[in-house]
Amino acid sequence: MLILTCPCCGVTAEETEFHGGGEAHLKRFGPGSSDEDFHDYLFSKVNPKGVHLERWRHNYGCGKWFHAARDTVTLEVYGTYPAQTTEPPQDIRDAITAKRPGWSWREFS
Amino acid sequence: MSTRLANGGRFLDRARALEFRFNGKRLTGYEGDTLASALLANDQMLVGRSFKYHRPRGIVASGAEEPNALVGMGEGGRFEPNQRTTTTELFDGLTCASQNHWPSLDFDVGAINTKLGRFLPAGFYYKMFIHPRPFWKHVYEPFIRKSAGLGKAPTERDVDTYEHFYAHVDVLVVGGGVAGLLAARSAGQSGATVLLIEQTPQWGGRAPVDGGAVDGKPVDKFVEEVTAELDAMPNVTMRSRTMGAGVYDHGYALGYERVADHRPGAAGPRHRLWRIRAGRIITATGAIERPLSFAGNDIPGVMLASAVRDFAVNYGVSVGDRTVVVTNNDDAYRTAIILKEQGLDVPVILDARVLPQDSALMAEAKALGIRVMMGHAISSVKGGKRVTGVEICSQAGEGAVLETVDCDAVAMSGGWSPVVHLWSHCGGKLTWDEAQACFRPDVDNPPTGADGEGFVIPAGAANGALRLGDVLADAHAAGAAAARAMGAERKTSDAPQAEAQDEAPMAPVWMMPNGAGYKKRAKAWLDYQNDVKVSDVRLAAQEGYQSVEHAKRYTTLGMATDQGKLSNINGLAILSDALNQPIPQTGTTTFRPPYTPISLASIAGEARAERFQPLRRTPMYDWHAEHGAYWEPVGQWRRPYCYRKPGESIEDAVQREVKATRESLGLLDASTLGKLMVKGPDAGKFLDMLYTNMMSSLKPGRCRYGLMCNENGFLIDDGVVARIDEDTFLCHTTTGGAESIHGHMEEWLQTEWWDWDVYVANLTEQYAQIGLVGPKAREVLAALTASDVSAEALPFMAWTDITLGGMQARIYRISFSGELSYEIAVKASEGRALWDLLLATGDAHGVTPYGTEALHIMRAEKGFIMIGDETDGTVIPQDLGLNWAISKKKEDYLGKRAQARSHMTDPNRWKLVGLETTDGSTLPDGAYISAEGENANGQRNVQGRVTSTYHSPTLGKGIAMALVLHGPDRMGEVVEVPHIGGKITKAKIVDPVFFDKDGEKQNV
Repeated sequence: MLILTCPCCGVTAEETEFHGGGEAHLKRFGPGSSDEDFHDYLFSKVNPKGVHLERWRHNYGCGKWFHAARDTVTLEVYGTYPAQTTEPPQDIRDAITAKRPGWSWREFS
Repeated sequence: MSTRLANGGRFLDRARALEFRFNGKRLTGYEGDTLASALLANDQMLVGRSFKYHRPRGIVASGAEEPNALVGMGEGGRFEPNQRTTTTELFDGLTCASQNHWPSLDFDVGAINTKLGRFLPAGFYYKMFIHPRPFWKHVYEPFIRKSAGLGKAPTERDVDTYEHFYAHVDVLVVGGGVAGLLAARSAGQSGATVLLIEQTPQWGGRAPVDGGAVDGKPVDKFVEEVTAELDAMPNVTMRSRTMGAGVYDHGYALGYERVADHRPGAAGPRHRLWRIRAGRIITATGAIERPLSFAGNDIPGVMLASAVRDFAVNYGVSVGDRTVVVTNNDDAYRTAIILKEQGLDVPVILDARVLPQDSALMAEAKALGIRVMMGHAISSVKGGKRVTGVEICSQAGEGAVLETVDCDAVAMSGGWSPVVHLWSHCGGKLTWDEAQACFRPDVDNPPTGADGEGFVIPAGAANGALRLGDVLADAHAAGAAAARAMGAERKTSDAPQAEAQDEAPMAPVWMMPNGAGYKKRAKAWLDYQNDVKVSDVRLAAQEGYQSVEHAKRYTTLGMATDQGKLSNINGLAILSDALNQPIPQTGTTTFRPPYTPISLASIAGEARAERFQPLRRTPMYDWHAEHGAYWEPVGQWRRPYCYRKPGESIEDAVQREVKATRESLGLLDASTLGKLMVKGPDAGKFLDMLYTNMMSSLKPGRCRYGLMCNENGFLIDDGVVARIDEDTFLCHTTTGGAESIHGHMEEWLQTEWWDWDVYVANLTEQYAQIGLVGPKAREVLAALTASDVSAEALPFMAWTDITLGGMQARIYRISFSGELSYEIAVKASEGRALWDLLLATGDAHGVTPYGTEALHIMRAEKGFIMIGDETDGTVIPQDLGLNWAISKKKEDYLGKRAQARSHMTDPNRWKLVGLETTDGSTLPDGAYISAEGENANGQRNVQGRVTSTYHSPTLGKGIAMALVLHGPDRMGEVVEVPHIGGKITKAKIVDPVFFDKDGEKQNV
């Protein structure tokens, strides 16, 4: 059971207080998009061994969504950051690089 | 025979005799006994039958690793199967019974299986019961299930209580032996908060049995002092009878405290589940002795050497009068020496090793006059329900018998395996220790926490430090290191020094004798509990099960409660040998929590019966309860399904409620419906994205029915939206959807359209809402207010704020029944007052409160869909003929793109229609509409299914809604609906609106 810190209210809490929401930084495809783009948006999620950027919601706390940069193998949490962004902020990227030089996730590295 | 010794038994209080019953036989023991030691003291060596072959089985171990001596404990509401006698404390009045035999323990019909042993090898069931296919379900499976499983499940409700307990500490120390005590001490001295847990009632582990001295004092004296020291430290908490059950992510651990197992019926919980979050976890879990694999090693009387020693020293019990010791290491000599000192006979020590010179322990044994045979082994054990002797051979050969020695017990030792379970639970890696022939924690690859640092530190024997001196140094350092990692760095006392005898190195012995043939291998047990023998593992390897995980599942080696405690290393070694590869290359199976089984009730804790989940009550709940409400759970709410008058059936009540509402006036508690306030300059734009239809064009003062889909296009919720003002909408959701739709809105606002100026609040519980429904509704409403509620002033799908009987009320003129209908919302605190007022005022019209079933029937009569009936997560609005509620003007809404995917636009999707039975009967819910022919699995083809079905009191016949292939194009066609059991009802496809098609009743 993980421990996460909500970047919105600052509370560090048990995983049972949160709810996982899958891959972060999804780009929405709507009407007019190709079948392939829409299919990938809905169904093709990455499930990496190592660095992963995920969505979480502080369900039984402030109710806010946020993102976590986490390692799926070591369970290390590199950091959490607000969901209102289209890419991981520099300090989070630096924190990952410090532990996992040369990492990459989707188009980010 | 096994018996109580005149002296000894450091755990016993011989002044306190206890009575207990085993298989109905009245026996006695002492305070401090385990059930196992008390049984042995009464010469009850035979305690159960094995799983597959029903072989007689005796006690093998003295602790948590015991595989055989499992019994059904207690009676009635306190009965529990598979309780381990070696970890069960004896108490006065204990009742237990052995398992897995019929008709009796001494004479078991199932034992015929052991004669068939040759025909029941590994994988037997897989190979044998495959053909013919249909036999599996009806013949093989019921038979196998009957003969499988050890204990019987309890039949009565558990009368005890259980609880969870949360603990947050710097350092959790698991294990209260000398290693755990010392680790806790140095961590505590450093200033860390420490929780020390031990699974048995005693502190000190097995060091006091094994002997030696610490800082010049006997070990038990040292244990006493350290325990007292820890007890006095305010930052250290100690809990005995508490097992470390599992280690999980980020320093989470479970402790299982058996609070009252030894005093049933005492006040308080029986078990307490400790939910621990620790900065560092020290696993001082000790080591478990391995059996040796020789023919007949499962005959009652063959026991681990350490267990023989424990029973003698701790419980004053001799396992046998003449005990042969067989070993590959020095430690077992301690057993021989103790037995000899107790005045018991040790005819011979068979030591598989060949050593250049005697070690100190060997010399001590010889000095006591014990015969020692180096390089010798057991060829086979003689006896049936009890050992009668051993046949001796050379370890090097194939087992030619050199000599037969009479004895009634065999003490075996194959070396020691560190208990690495907790280290491994969360991913700690293992390394092979060649010298001690065991896996121990690879301290460079620990499980890691949130900060990326290792959070588990093994200590003492659990870390492969098997000699007392090494244990002390390792544990002392582990405690200090754990505390330091948590920022506690006060100075500690020095590590204590041990005085212990030097020991000669052990020699791995995986098969005894080395060249044992098939007949011997087929009688050499690896896993007593699951009846896995050396021959089975070899067969698995021969048949291609090379992965240890596959071999485990094929043979069942190490499954069930064993979890690799006794069988693991021996099994791996045999598998490695068969595969001709080194043991580390074979690796181990995965260690999974819990370490030993924990009660399901402890996991449930207090969450049972009324406390299982919260119960949500509307403001009118008490009235419902007082007036015959038959409850229906809806999410966490309880709603009246109907109100039963005295002597009335549920069906009759429902029919009465529908009729009264249609004919005059009904009253519905609609407070549970979700009410979400959506507010802000972008609220209209936001709702246009959430609903399939246009909400931004709705005028203030008006209501509109809307459908909500998810991004996959499937219908997830529906309800009426009221526009309060330019910036404010009140969205009604289904009862079950209030929280999830609120979450759905928040998710899109926070993660996709975070720049939109919209706020959502869930007001569901702020308002009580009452449906005033029926032809007389307006009359009653008008009588209670000065405001104009005429059809002109308050038309269908409008809302208004008025004063009603002195209460501020919001009236929505909407209808889910097809009747003239008002939903009246007041502050939740005034809900009951409004309910009472409407009842009083409506009395003249025979006002009839109705429940959810009448609501369902009336909506179905009108062809209105219900989320969860007509939808199931795979249905889109287009399937339900709701195209009128889907905007064609909007460029985008959630689900629009998905609804354009090829499968969604397939003309063969089942579509909503009504069904009318030709004989007036009511169709079964969820029934399929059959089609011609059969599918590839030989099942009848289907062309639709019933989604809602009721007897309509209004129409006096059965009506149903259904999704049917090309349904809307097949009006008037008669289809067949098979029931379970084969009966078929014919039904005609009709329009789903059964009643008042033109809406004349609601538009008055």
